[in-house]
Amino acid sequence: MNNVALKANSGNKIANRKVVSDTLLGLANVNKDILVLTSDSRGSASMVPFAEELPDQLVEVGIAEQNLVGIAAGLAASGKKPFVASPACFLSMRSIEQIKVDVAYSRTNVKLIGISGGVSYGALGMSHHSVQDLAVTRAIPGLHVMMPADRHETKKMIEALIDYDTPVYLRIGRNPVEDSYLNDDYHFEIGKAVTMKEGNDITIIATGETVRVALDTAEALQNDGVSCRVLNMHTIKPLDEAAIIKAAKETGRIITMEEHSIYGGLGAAVSEVVSQNQPVPMKIIGIPDEPAITGKTPEVFNHYGISAANVSRIAKQMIGN
Amino acid sequence: MVDDLFLKRKAAQIRKDLIKMIYEAGTGHTGSSLSNTDILTALYYGVMNVDPKNPNWEDRDRYVQSKGHAVESYWAVLADKGFFPKDELSTFSQFNSRLIGHPNNKVPGVEMNTGALGHGLSISVGMALAAKMDNKAYRVYTLMGDGEQAEGSVWEAAMSASQYKLDNLIGIIDRNRLQITGSTSDVMSNEPLDEKWRSFGWEVVEVDGNDVVELVNTFKKAPYASGKPTLVLANTVKGKGVSLAENVAGWHHKVPSQEEYEQAMGELTKQLEVLQ
Ligand SMILES: Cc1ncc(C[n+]2csc(CCOP(=O)(O)OP(=O)(O)O)c2C)c(N)n1
Ligand SMILES: [Mg+2]
Repeated sequence: MNNVALKANSGNKIANRKVVSDTLLGLANVNKDILVLTSDSRGSASMVPFAEELPDQLVEVGIAEQNLVGIAAGLAASGKKPFVASPACFLSMRSIEQIKVDVAYSRTNVKLIGISGGVSYGALGMSHHSVQDLAVTRAIPGLHVMMPADRHETKKMIEALIDYDTPVYLRIGRNPVEDSYLNDDYHFEIGKAVTMKEGNDITIIATGETVRVALDTAEALQNDGVSCRVLNMHTIKPLDEAAIIKAAKETGRIITMEEHSIYGGLGAAVSEVVSQNQPVPMKIIGIPDEPAITGKTPEVFNHYGISAANVSRIAKQMIGN
Repeated sequence: MVDDLFLKRKAAQIRKDLIKMIYEAGTGHTGSSLSNTDILTALYYGVMNVDPKNPNWEDRDRYVQSKGHAVESYWAVLADKGFFPKDELSTFSQFNSRLIGHPNNKVPGVEMNTGALGHGLSISVGMALAAKMDNKAYRVYTLMGDGEQAEGSVWEAAMSASQYKLDNLIGIIDRNRLQITGSTSDVMSNEPLDEKWRSFGWEVVEVDGNDVVELVNTFKKAPYASGKPTLVLANTVKGKGVSLAENVAGWHHKVPSQEEYEQAMGELTKQLEVLQ
């Protein structure tokens, strides 16, 4: 397991949205039931090539996110495999009742791809940030929630979703992300955390684009003689409770990292498991309870301490050295 | 009375200011902002009662920018009016700036935070309703996009405005017939817009939305019928004033290259020179 993680600097220039689009295009060429739905969002979703190659499999609804999810639910109820691609901020907030009632409650197999998620819209501000989406979606029964770390995981996730019969909310960012995985030669399973790095002194549990930051933190700690485990929790729901309990038992301390509010997301989900099964000291790293500061993703991350420098300092404090 | 030449010069100057902001920041909604520059100029220099020294004056007219993404035109106008120092425009979209990529009411002069389309009209119905309750004479203006008309909430708000007889409310549609993906009639056709709004109980007036003088006159004549809200259907050109961006969907949020920037500024400077 130790050898799945890449050290750093892959130089990747491909954003996960492009990977989603390329993967879906390949699969939809074969399976004509696969549809993509957009809400004046095909450009942001990198779906223009899909629209050009398979125009009959792309449904455009205009700037109407509630209608978007309602139509997807109706299509799914009629045997189609709809993938909705719309900015995470609008999809997870504007359409949330359609997601709760028409998708999750009615058990229609809709895959909801939230694009440009987290703070990746940068200076566009809080209307365009989605740092409450994990909190709301994971509280909806019958909806699964996922967030890939890099392009390799994004591809595996989309492929796994084609025949996965539970509705899913999957969030990706807007910008290219550095790789976390060496390559795609590893076992991916929905609901099973990936141990990116073994360790005994402390565990960092991260999701999405913060997995890369967690790996960098573990490397910094290694240089200081601290053995840090890194778990990639790509599936927020259903949560891999066994991996969390094991980490709590074996390493005694847990830090979580996420591009999400410190309320209700990965940190909350992990602490629900830890506090009820194997209580150990924890620290939740994420976006505090305020409209995020104006800036690009790295500036925002640094400002809020979502960085190797800050998290390794916190880890050492928790360990007591 | 403001004279026509002043208004036209103002609009050209605002266009220069916003192009500079977008170019320097490396981000912004070029086509969208140029599209509604004349509408904003008409409102702020020829129509609305506002006081930059007292931005929260309780009798001020209200403006809610429902198409929040065209914020560059808005920042340029507010700075020029003196709501905040003009040199602050250079912080647009930079780290820790309050001049973000959408209206932000931490900035004096901005009533409401917008950016998610389809919210502005409902908010404005609330403001106009409060004016009626409090017997206040202020008016409420809201600027929407034509692509934005696809949001169901626009029509919920439209219905409530006529129900409450809000003749102090003026809705404006920047009808440039484009949105991000392409032409609005291809993406999600909303025509006939005039008949739709009329059937929702509004008085509809159609104008050249890039003619700042016609716009001022149109706004001043409102309301057109007692007890009815007014919808100004403003026919515009997206990217207006900068030839390479005019009527091109791709310029919705494209940032000019150095060469394009120089061309755009050259054209706008010429437009200003002609207006002597
Ligand atoms: C609820 C919501 N959905 C999607 C967007 C993304 N978005 C920003 S501008 C835009 C197109 C707007 O087109 P239009 O209303 O015609 O405005 P224009 O720029 O042409 O004036 C879209 C889809 C948004 N800001 N809010
Ligand atoms: Mg438009």
